Amino acid sequence: MTGEVVVPTPNRHRRSRFVLSVIVLSIGLVVVSIASLGMGQYALSPTDVIGVLLQAVGIQNDWAPEASAASGVLLEIRAPRIVLGLLVGAALSVSGVLMQAIFGNPLADAAVVGVSSGAALGAALSLTFSLTVLGMWTTPAFAFIGGLIAVFAVYIISRSGGRTEVVTLLLTGIAINAIGSAGLAFLTFVGTSATREQIVFWQLGSLNGAIWRNVGLIAPLIAIGVAVAIIVSRQLDLFALGERTARHLGVRVELLRIGVIITVALLVCAAVAFAGIIGFVGLVVPHLMRMLIGPAHLPLVISSALGGALLIAIADLVARTAVPLADMPIGMITSLVGGPFFLWLLIRTRRRAGGWG
Amino acid sequence: MTARLVAESVTFIPDGTGRAVLQDASIDLHAGELHALVGPNGAGKSTMFGILAGDIAPTTGSVTLDGTAVAAVPPKELARKRAVLLQTNTVTFPFSAEEVVRMGRAPWMRTPAEDDDDRIVAAAMAETDVTRLAHRPISALSGGERARVALARVLAQDTGILLLDEPTAALDLKHQEDVLRIARSRAADGACVAIVLHDLNIALAYADRVTLLSEGRVTASGPAADVLTAERIEEVYGQPVDVFDHPITGVPIVVPRR
Repeated sequence: MTGEVVVPTPNRHRRSRFVLSVIVLSIGLVVVSIASLGMGQYALSPTDVIGVLLQAVGIQNDWAPEASAASGVLLEIRAPRIVLGLLVGAALSVSGVLMQAIFGNPLADAAVVGVSSGAALGAALSLTFSLTVLGMWTTPAFAFIGGLIAVFAVYIISRSGGRTEVVTLLLTGIAINAIGSAGLAFLTFVGTSATREQIVFWQLGSLNGAIWRNVGLIAPLIAIGVAVAIIVSRQLDLFALGERTARHLGVRVELLRIGVIITVALLVCAAVAFAGIIGFVGLVVPHLMRMLIGPAHLPLVISSALGGALLIAIADLVARTAVPLADMPIGMITSLVGGPFFLWLLIRTRRRAGGWG
Repeated sequence: MTARLVAESVTFIPDGTGRAVLQDASIDLHAGELHALVGPNGAGKSTMFGILAGDIAPTTGSVTLDGTAVAAVPPKELARKRAVLLQTNTVTFPFSAEEVVRMGRAPWMRTPAEDDDDRIVAAAMAETDVTRLAHRPISALSGGERARVALARVLAQDTGILLLDEPTAALDLKHQEDVLRIARSRAADGACVAIVLHDLNIALAYADRVTLLSEGRVTASGPAADVLTAERIEEVYGQPVDVFDHPITGVPIVVPRR
């Protein structure tokens, strides 16, 4: 504590990594989206794709192929599916960031703690009983209610003294997932063969059958969710110090908590309503981003949104093209990546800190 | 000096217990004074600290800051007036030490004081001897280093009232004395500082005023040497002690009889 000269040291290192990650992820998104638009049974070259897209926004060009089928396949079948995927990926990833911040626990993820299955149960209820009380908003609204109940339940049960024990959180997740699965099983049992197929589709997660109308429905929900996450990001940083200390620094803890929980339910319902349960995105992406750019929440939310979108875009491309003439469930692909990732986290933590006890 | 933070005959009965952990206790913290809260385990120090910090609402009695009820002050405004250092300072994610200290500036966001952020953060880090740890993730620091980073964050909050709950617990001898010197100099600059302490010798050496709690009640409150007499310490702690003056400085020293 001598009078040494201190130079202010803003964290330039992490900031430049953030800028770099945003650039790389954005380029990746554009490249993968264009490749994905072109690939499939009806193959198109990247220039064909760019031509059709330019034509669609009113710019005539020579790249656009003559066949009208090309623009049909591209704009009405592949494009909505890809855009839905990007939105769902961003939503799941940001919901993971929010949950991890509010639970003070890096393992929180919508699928792991059961929020996704709560939302799927809600959505399945509305379909099985052909409910239309809210018109086209019915399915998302039921998904929202299901997800909200699940996230509140997890939150209330697994928290004590302002923090959440890892084991308690995961066990609560198992219980909530069990209840959700039981509900879905019951609905499969009472439903018609058409609704059964829908429920199975949800449990596996799939972007198949995406249409622009559904994309239009969830886009504003996800925009709101991500905007809220960005607005509260500074307060989430303070939350990392514990609730009491966050309060001492002027955070309205209760308000923030409720607001974030509702936002999580909103993001997850938007993701699940038309794409089902796609697991591990909210776990894998924020983790990788934290390693790359550090834990500060403003850059983390932004790069996680991009990273989640990119992960789903790649997973969907694999799901559509890995096996010829088959459309694999995307939830399977993300779990195939997420499961081993989870194990790796487990092993790494045990080696470093003796496990999560 | 003027009283800033005042608890008046507060009683706290935790929900469903019916047994008061704090009974009719009063304390006033003055600007320019270092006030030590001492007492045996379970005496109600932590409860009193929580009440002063605004974390715990007393069952009866009042807590006021500059004459306004603490519960009525908006959190952000409160955060610009008083900073709190808790005993445990876990950080969930691997923020760097500097990022953690910078969090202490959060209450001043979008105020003119924001312009001083860099200077205040750097000064707080130098004062607590953590400057060289600035870019290390908090998860890679030792317990003592984390405790000092937490103290730097509290100092960076730059408030007129400092509430510190056993700030010396995790620290070695030199850093313990450093913390007390910092607290002392803040008080000398006009701040109102309250510290929960276990070490009665530290209280005698640094505190202007001591409040001794025992079984949820205030046993005595006043100048350190008047409160911490051999008879009273023995009565409250149940341990015979000798209190005599340091041969050079003249500061009273408590030594348990062994």
